[in-house]
Amino acid sequence: MSLIEEIDYGTPRSKSSTMVTLTIDGNEVTVPEGTSIMRAAMDAGHQIPKLCATDMVDAFGSCRLCVVEIEGRAGTPASCTTPVMNGLVVHTQSEKLKKLRKGVMELYISDHPLDCLTCGANGDCELQDMAGAVGLRDVRYGYEGENHVFAKSHGEINAAWMPKDESNPYFTYDPSKCIVCSRCVRACEEVQGTFALTISGRGFDSRVSPGMSESFLGSECVSCGACVQACPTATLTEKSVIEIGQPEHSVVTTCAYCGVGCAFKAEMRGEEVVRMVPYKDGKANRGHSCVKGRFAWGYTNHKERILNPMIRERIDDPWKEVSWDEAFSFAAAKMRGIQQKYGRNAIGGITSSRCTNEETYLVQKLIRAGFGNNNVDTCARVCHSPTGYGLSQTFGTSAGTQDFDSVEDTDVAVIIGANPASAHPVFASRLKKRLRQGAKLIVIDPRRTEMVESPHVKALHLPLLPGTNVAVVTALAHVIVTEGLVNEAFVRERCDWAEFEEWAAFVAQAKHSPEATAILTGVDPKDLREAARVYATGGNGAIYYGLGVTEHSQGSTTVIAIANLAMATGNIGRPGVGVNPLRGQNNVQGSCDMGSFPHELPGYRHISGDAVRDQFEALWNVKLNPEPGLRIPNMFDAAIEGTFMGIYVQGEDILQSDPNTKHVVAALSAMECVIVHDLFLNETANYAHVFLPGSSFLEKDGTFTNAERRIQRVRKVMSPKNGMADWEVTIGLAKAMGFEMNYSHPSEIMDEIAALTPTFTGVSYAKLDELGSVQWPCNEKAPEGTPVMHIGGFVRGKGKFIVTEYVATDERTGPRFPLLLTTGRILSQYNVGAQTRRTENVVWHAEDLLEIHPHDAEQRGVRDGDWVRLTSRAGETTLRAEITDRVSPGVVYTTFHHPDTQANVITTDYSDWATNCPEYKVTAVQISPSNGPSDWQKSYDEQARHSRRIAPAEAAE
Amino acid sequence: MSSPADRLVYMANQIGMFFKSQGHDKAVPGIADHIKKFWDPRMKRAIFAHLDAGGAGLEPNVLEALTSLKQTASLPEAH
Repeated sequence: MSLIEEIDYGTPRSKSSTMVTLTIDGNEVTVPEGTSIMRAAMDAGHQIPKLCATDMVDAFGSCRLCVVEIEGRAGTPASCTTPVMNGLVVHTQSEKLKKLRKGVMELYISDHPLDCLTCGANGDCELQDMAGAVGLRDVRYGYEGENHVFAKSHGEINAAWMPKDESNPYFTYDPSKCIVCSRCVRACEEVQGTFALTISGRGFDSRVSPGMSESFLGSECVSCGACVQACPTATLTEKSVIEIGQPEHSVVTTCAYCGVGCAFKAEMRGEEVVRMVPYKDGKANRGHSCVKGRFAWGYTNHKERILNPMIRERIDDPWKEVSWDEAFSFAAAKMRGIQQKYGRNAIGGITSSRCTNEETYLVQKLIRAGFGNNNVDTCARVCHSPTGYGLSQTFGTSAGTQDFDSVEDTDVAVIIGANPASAHPVFASRLKKRLRQGAKLIVIDPRRTEMVESPHVKALHLPLLPGTNVAVVTALAHVIVTEGLVNEAFVRERCDWAEFEEWAAFVAQAKHSPEATAILTGVDPKDLREAARVYATGGNGAIYYGLGVTEHSQGSTTVIAIANLAMATGNIGRPGVGVNPLRGQNNVQGSCDMGSFPHELPGYRHISGDAVRDQFEALWNVKLNPEPGLRIPNMFDAAIEGTFMGIYVQGEDILQSDPNTKHVVAALSAMECVIVHDLFLNETANYAHVFLPGSSFLEKDGTFTNAERRIQRVRKVMSPKNGMADWEVTIGLAKAMGFEMNYSHPSEIMDEIAALTPTFTGVSYAKLDELGSVQWPCNEKAPEGTPVMHIGGFVRGKGKFIVTEYVATDERTGPRFPLLLTTGRILSQYNVGAQTRRTENVVWHAEDLLEIHPHDAEQRGVRDGDWVRLTSRAGETTLRAEITDRVSPGVVYTTFHHPDTQANVITTDYSDWATNCPEYKVTAVQISPSNGPSDWQKSYDEQARHSRRIAPAEAAE
Repeated sequence: MSSPADRLVYMANQIGMFFKSQGHDKAVPGIADHIKKFWDPRMKRAIFAHLDAGGAGLEPNVLEALTSLKQTASLPEAH
């Protein structure tokens, strides 16, 4: 194994299909029109010296090192900014060029520290490389002149020198090493789209400046790392590299945070991670990253990680550390005991959307075949189960329709109930890039999110009241139908015409018009009409949506309404369009594909189908139960009733993430055996009897499937710190329960998945190694996978229009609870925060805050930063207020990243009619000033402390 | 929400509400199919027991759907 070196072509790839042929250093080269001479030369294997050029950003032409000579042209043009032309004859090396380049380097080095041996970039510095490439041997100007290098010169304070900025927890900015190539500034603009950096001053005074000469941490910088990646010197360097040194080998793997599924190179020294660098060939992220994947991996060796299995009889006992065998047999005896006492269906389990496909598959297999029932569910229940239902009803399959590359062909993007800038940052950057090229954006969200307004982005914002999605989307359909904007040719060809007519008549009713529904939704009818017209007529229209759509009592109905909209306008079945659920966790798509839902086997086939069951029964050698099992909320209800008494939870924290915490506490407390399999003693573990330590994504092999259905490898870069990869733990538990599963490597599990699942038959580790990734479905019909779905026709045959009547949620505001609470995430934290709270990311977000409009705050006497009590029909908690007009009057907002806030004490039991996905996004609340934590928070904290005790090991005999 | 039966009645009526706008003839089989496909046997048994006890609180379409489903369903025993 060695370090994976990616070729830097200097300038971005041209997408032109017209080819141009020229001669470079005597070799004929054919490249797409629009390619730079620099890139064409690199294609031919000739590396022209360069400093300010890198292929992640557009050419800039400032360093003048990449000059070339072109026959018949005067002067020495920069090869980065000169496009190829047919018949050009280019020379990249001549006496004149050598002299020019040496002169340039001499000037650079005369104002650069010569501490190469102790420099953090030693061994990975392009300035050093270029000095070598041009044969620099002498700097005639000396180092005594005006400079940015020394704090003092000639005994005086050097005003041009600036100290290091170490404010960012993950990288340093050392201005003395800066060559002002502006690669960082351009990366921040072109790749990330934040525009946090600029070059201040002119000429010799030019400096890289975060914001208005602020610190990196104090500026708008979002710490995505693109500038650090772009920097050719040690000016911007990862602190981990400064501390450890340069990596010696690297392995390509997939990020374990959000559903974007960025590919990274884990750059290693032995079994120590030096840094994670986004992989240019990663087709989801195309070389970009966010603060979480790039930097927030420190949780993997956090001191709170539990590495030994633990058991206890009662949850108020301290934990006892035991051997794996002892933990397995203890757990197995408990679970089998429950089945003997309460029946075969009295236990179940939850698969993890953070674990690999292979691990998820094994957990559902253990439950269906080993436990002998179908009580298996996954956290997708509480996020995207309505997507599964809504899209399979209308299109015939539950998956998102596009790949992320599709956004490059989008003309109108509609974002509903999602905030990709926070929750799917790399996708947001790719979208913003397209918006800066002129595509339009419509945001339907109660809150003015970062997507609504950001540098060079101004969306048409429809700020609806939480809970009125169906009314708004149906009103959009009303405008499209009544104003004659339907793509009739598409609908006639691809959809069931009779169903369409019925739907069109339904939405055309006056009661669905924007004017009639404005009183419910709060959306300006003029804006809504404008949005409908832009989406229907603005070219390729793509809808991206998130949990603001699904987590409602009408979540499935909204998904159906969105699908109707895309079909009516013909925005399905080609690049640039589609209906795209943004999945929360890394492997939500995969955990659904793997049969994690109680009613269906892998590949979305209903458990009642005899033929499907026969196939699994034959291979697994057991009889399967044909009835659907319990969904997560049903499990809790059944636990309280006394018919569901044992659960195996892999890699989820249901106590913190599920709604109505008191109800979940009651359910977990009622169970006789709770097995938690996780990295940390999470909140659920406070109610557990068995703790099985988990392994991080760096410690195991497997695959994740991201939001665009892309199956990518997760590769082991270090031994599991707990001694076993998660798939091995599940096998151990199964064996103790008398159910043998024999695999020696996750690739064998994938082979079994491929053998049993028609949409996976083409997937194997060999193919993933060869192609890098494939998009589901991947089978004989699509051997290299399916980037865009429903081309030429829908999976179900004809697209199905279904009427979507708006039904107000029963969670209503009233005199006691006059405000609506909605919840979401921020960039630096992830989900329940179990991972990111254990990294330096806490500098950006140390606690959950309650956003409240100034008007509502004033009425209640609440000032910015005050503690407030937040009360709903379900419970109460306290947190600090942030006064902002990002939320409308009547709406408040908070995140759920911190267990001490307990946002889910507030949320209620209401759920989606079709899937029981909880209604997180609408809770009627009241707010009042407070002095500090509520009684519930105090008693919860006390219970948690008590429950986390680990008994000291007994002295060896 | 209070008793387990109340909760199931609420869930069933929620399903009924979605199908209501499709008209009685589509709604009744739609509701029955949805409950058949997605409810665990103990939930089905409980709602059928509630139905036998008069089905208080169930919307008419839902009541009809559950009555027809109960005739065709053959649920395994609890153990």
